[in-house]
Amino acid sequence: MKVLMKGNEALAEAAIRAGCRHFFGYPITPQTELAAYMSKRMPKIGGTYLQAESEIAAVNMVLGASAAGVRAMTSSSSPGVSLKGEGISYMAGSDLPALIINVQRGGPGLGGIQPSQADYWQATKATGHGDFQILVFAPSTVQEMVDLVSDAFDLADQYRMPAMILADGMLGQMMEPVTLPEEGGKAPIEKPWAACGHGGKREHNIVNSLYLTPDKLESLVKERFARYEIIKEKEQRAEEYLTDDADVVVVAYGASSRVAKGAVNKARELGLKAGLVRPITLWPFPADALNRAASHAKALLAVEMSMGQMVDDVKLAINCQKPVHFFGRTGGMIPTPAEVLEQIKGLV
Amino acid sequence: MLFAGFGGQGVLFAGKVAAYAGLIENKEISWLPSYGPEMRGGTANCSVCISDTPIGSPLVTNPNVLVVMNLPSLDKFIDTVEPGGTVIIDSSLIDKKVEREDLNVYYVPSSALAEENELGGLSNMILVGKLFKEICTAGDHSFCTEETLDAAIQKCIPARKANMLDVNRKAVALGAQA
Repeated sequence: MKVLMKGNEALAEAAIRAGCRHFFGYPITPQTELAAYMSKRMPKIGGTYLQAESEIAAVNMVLGASAAGVRAMTSSSSPGVSLKGEGISYMAGSDLPALIINVQRGGPGLGGIQPSQADYWQATKATGHGDFQILVFAPSTVQEMVDLVSDAFDLADQYRMPAMILADGMLGQMMEPVTLPEEGGKAPIEKPWAACGHGGKREHNIVNSLYLTPDKLESLVKERFARYEIIKEKEQRAEEYLTDDADVVVVAYGASSRVAKGAVNKARELGLKAGLVRPITLWPFPADALNRAASHAKALLAVEMSMGQMVDDVKLAINCQKPVHFFGRTGGMIPTPAEVLEQIKGLV
Repeated sequence: MLFAGFGGQGVLFAGKVAAYAGLIENKEISWLPSYGPEMRGGTANCSVCISDTPIGSPLVTNPNVLVVMNLPSLDKFIDTVEPGGTVIIDSSLIDKKVEREDLNVYYVPSSALAEENELGGLSNMILVGKLFKEICTAGDHSFCTEETLDAAIQKCIPARKANMLDVNRKAVALGAQA
């Protein structure tokens, strides 16, 4: 039978079942149940749970563990993720896989503790300094949170880069029925680059992000960007809902996509041709799905729990070929299906 | 459904029991609590959706059923209840009648009943008993049986608190008769 789990707890259990035995964190609402769950489970299965002295310390412990070749993760909420930005940049610059979870709350600054999607820009464009991207996944149900954890670990390992699950306070706090995967499904790939000790049997591995010779650094960054092109081609994910004949295509991810889907269903009951594209990967952004839906739509409507961040990527993805509108609530406010429906009505 | 009251009255637990009953009956369900400082002595509430179709927003803004355990929550939510909806009120803590005439209202003196029957802290489960008697197991919105409720309570009480099972059952039975 399915079990009822909070999103935060489901993320933790899914990570354990994906082979993660190293968690480093620091408490913050609305994410704390994740760390609390890890603190109970990890000691029982021979794993490491460590509450670090700060978010910065925690992310650098993840860097160290990842450099040694193990699956490592950290989790936080918006202000804490800002602190982790430096470590994420260092991991990207060292080609290290890791899983970072952001259960977003309202910002900027300490902001509030209610659900938000105002860290989209941070996750997809400016997690830290330098030329780099990370994989960003946006679940919309507790079950999808479970499913995306193992995918995020796998793809992070495959492409040797950090991956983030961008959730929010609503998804973290809510309970839904979930089916958990069996532990030890797919074995993690070999990591011949890991600095994990070898008894003098081979040349030593170096994990590093410092390259003082400009042409060396440029060629490394270019190699990374060649990898990003492959990812953009192969790893886009989106749900396309009633988009085949849609005049108005709503674009929303995570918690706001649940609201948007409710509004789309109500619009259909009224005979209005509305559809939904729900990005599941925010980077790579699902440009292909958007172009398919936009090709015969009259207008697009981005719905976010922010002042409008993903809406820029929607415009870029379709090269502004159709009008792209925006509706959002921010600061911890959650849009209602009725509010979104009014917006759809205005565009049909 | 919306369960609302003070932090500590067990509104989140009451919602969890209802959610589990839905899960046992293979319904689509969601449970969303208020969280943060609200929980610590202020007003607490939780949204529970039980549906035959996938659940969109888990935030209940217009409940079909409101279970309410204090006056601030009644004042805050009474106007949001869907016309024709049901309100279950702890009338020992809320000394006020509902003015709306388009609602089905049950006044259950659950805190007093809990006190009289040495079920301290189980006012929430007395209201759950009433909720299941009137709504979940009978009428247009029924989706389960009394056995489902019992199974849900067993799911919600951890093994180390198994001794709490019988008093919870007693509270539910009391609420069903109230």
